[in-house]
Amino acid sequence: MKYIDEFRDGAVARQIGVRIAAEVQPQRRYHFMEFCGGHTHAISRYGISDLLPDAVKMIHGPGCPVCVLPIGRVDLAIRLALDHKVILATYGDCLRVPASSGLSLLKAKARGGDVRMIYSAADALGLARRNPQREVVFFAIGFETTTPPTALAIKQAAAEDLANFSVVCNHVLTPAAITNILESPEVRKLGTVPLDGFIGPAHVSTVIGSQPYEFFAEEYRKPVVIAGFEPLDVMQAILMLVRQVNDGRAEVENEFTRAVTRAGNLKAQQLVSEVFELRRSFEWRGLGEVPYSALALRGEFAAFDAERKFALETKHVADNKACECGAILRGVKHPRDCKIFGTVCTPENPVGSCMVSSEGACAAHYSYGRYEEDPIKTAA
Amino acid sequence: MCLAIPVRVVEKKGDDLAIVDLSGIRKEISLALVDGVQAGDYVILHVGYALSRLDPDEAERTLALFREAGVAAEVLP
Amino acid sequence: MDEGRSNKPVKAGYVRPLDLKHGRVDLTHGSGGRAMAQLIEQLFAAAFENEFLAQGNDGARFALPPGRVVMAIDSHVVSPLFFPGGDIGALAVHGTINDVAVMGATPIYLAASFILEEGFPLGDLKRVVDSMAAASRAAGVPIVSGDTKVVERGKGDGVFITTTGIGVVPDGLELSGDRARPGDRILVSGFIGDHGMAIMSLRESLAFATEIVSDSAALHALVAALIASVREDVRRDPHRGIRALRDPTRGGLATTLNEIATQSRVGMMLDEAAIPVRPQVEAACEFLGLDPLYVANEGKLVAIVAPEDAETVLAAMRAHPLGRDARQIGAVIDDRNHFVQMQTRFGGRRVVDWLTGEQLPRIC
Repeated sequence: MKYIDEFRDGAVARQIGVRIAAEVQPQRRYHFMEFCGGHTHAISRYGISDLLPDAVKMIHGPGCPVCVLPIGRVDLAIRLALDHKVILATYGDCLRVPASSGLSLLKAKARGGDVRMIYSAADALGLARRNPQREVVFFAIGFETTTPPTALAIKQAAAEDLANFSVVCNHVLTPAAITNILESPEVRKLGTVPLDGFIGPAHVSTVIGSQPYEFFAEEYRKPVVIAGFEPLDVMQAILMLVRQVNDGRAEVENEFTRAVTRAGNLKAQQLVSEVFELRRSFEWRGLGEVPYSALALRGEFAAFDAERKFALETKHVADNKACECGAILRGVKHPRDCKIFGTVCTPENPVGSCMVSSEGACAAHYSYGRYEEDPIKTAA
Repeated sequence: MCLAIPVRVVEKKGDDLAIVDLSGIRKEISLALVDGVQAGDYVILHVGYALSRLDPDEAERTLALFREAGVAAEVLP
Repeated sequence: MDEGRSNKPVKAGYVRPLDLKHGRVDLTHGSGGRAMAQLIEQLFAAAFENEFLAQGNDGARFALPPGRVVMAIDSHVVSPLFFPGGDIGALAVHGTINDVAVMGATPIYLAASFILEEGFPLGDLKRVVDSMAAASRAAGVPIVSGDTKVVERGKGDGVFITTTGIGVVPDGLELSGDRARPGDRILVSGFIGDHGMAIMSLRESLAFATEIVSDSAALHALVAALIASVREDVRRDPHRGIRALRDPTRGGLATTLNEIATQSRVGMMLDEAAIPVRPQVEAACEFLGLDPLYVANEGKLVAIVAPEDAETVLAAMRAHPLGRDARQIGAVIDDRNHFVQMQTRFGGRRVVDWLTGEQLPRIC
């Protein structure tokens, strides 16, 4: 696969690993947060940590839109399916997120809710067109990568005057989340979470560009390197971060130049600002209320806003007391620090959101990294 | 987040649709978010939409950077 | 001459044939009456055609060759019913033959039960049944007993098929998932993920034009060849030979290996670069965020083999049409956690864990 395989070359990866080991300063520790869940997944799946020197530690950030989706929002979707009897269109990622009353969208489906998995926002439109006598609600999640397709779908629905189509908008914003982490007491004041730099998300950045990260570099003096999606991209980005830290620089560098520019995708950005506006505040699971961090449909598109159409109210639902997802999402704790990790909370029975999505820190560690706990003895 | 893959545009269908190819798998996707895409171009595909064009020159440059790190690594003591 | 009677004589013994073009299954086909008898005779028995069915009894009576009996059962609910490379009928035949074969048994007979949904087109049923008959004939394993039931519209997916298979294992041959030992080699008979991705390509919102074809196949001849290849070695030393065979169906290669690791209380170390995956299957998985290790296969074998015999068994696989692309993909190791691990192409290591529920396409 062109532009994929070349960026997964194991031999080159090992060489970059050697280079990183050579350039880390003796006695110095480097802690980098990969913000994007896709990067968390890549690091786990390819075993990138094995190629890094001990001096470099990766912290998993909250860039997983499923992981930060509050229980109360999933409850909305379940109620729409079970009580309002709509066709509830959702991406596969949301189906197993545990919500209130032991339900999930998948379990709601088993109870008779018409929950349909879709691959694309356009599919939700298709459902609405094919079922004119039913209400179709699209449960939209995602960071800035996934928002433009939702915007397009809404505009298309408006153009076609589709009376039976609406959206529950859970789109969230990357810079706001990064600010939240950098402003957290553990990072800012207490210094208990040493954070030396960020690996910036790959595909969010194709849309928003590299420019929005310049604020973090300047204001918080933290280097940011935007990395492509493949493991070699991640390795190279780590090397670039190590160099910035060594040089005392705090800049935004772009490793993913083949797809990311400073300005980003202006057409997509304009489309999004045409359809959506900022919510004053939005709850992120694990992070609490974060100001100006999420989007809602503008008044002109009220007819397609499911929250208005169905008079939905989002209730705050607290997480299980033993669940450490919040701390894990902020990089303050590791999955193995959670008392219920791997026992009560497993991918099969997830208690918290970090375990539901395969790129959640807990699921990734459980599925890929548990061997670390026990050194392996190979038989003769 | 955001699973996206680089795919090759095989054929355009009108302004906003295209058939793309990855190792012989073909799919129809939307080009509504990116202007100026031609057959033969590579685009980054996410949930059925192209998000940006992939710049082949930059891709080469990035691969060269990797190799540079590699070559330097071999020279290390 | 009587009034109002046509001049044409009615043919004695005339029964209107099944309307295979436009007819549909209805509740009378399951009621045990004439309609059901006709369906069985003109559709099922006509296709499966053997002495047992011709007798028309409720069960088939036969003697078995000497050895231990193996019995296996499999249900098939696949949707869509027809897909590139096969259909539910062929799957039903191959699946159970394979379950019997991986025990080291020669499959001898099959029985099949059909749950038909009211309204299911008879033409489609004939297609399924003919496909089963062809698969059964090609494999040399007749379907000697059957049953049909009809459920109301909406309570079935067209047709559900359950097949039972019977076979016989010669004495001395012990194939079992709990026999893997550290040092054993892990072999796979060919490309993984074909069947599951062939099915995915037809699902409603995941349509993409592909050339991926299901690998649905009967593996008993391949199994026989593998067993034969090490028979002498095993005779001389019973600690050699093949420990276990399994076909990695639902849940894919990863699930099968985890099952064996747990049963045998061992670990495994795989070599990602050695696992054969077709480029189109890999690409299809990339589109959807799926891992080929967890995608279903219907015509592949996993073999756990004593280290001294790995080369022999691998060669025997490759010599057979269904094993041309066989590879050695790893080894069994000592591990009290019973993890299946993998050296990634990348040089790192990762756990290949049990599947959690069904693998779903993802956007993240």
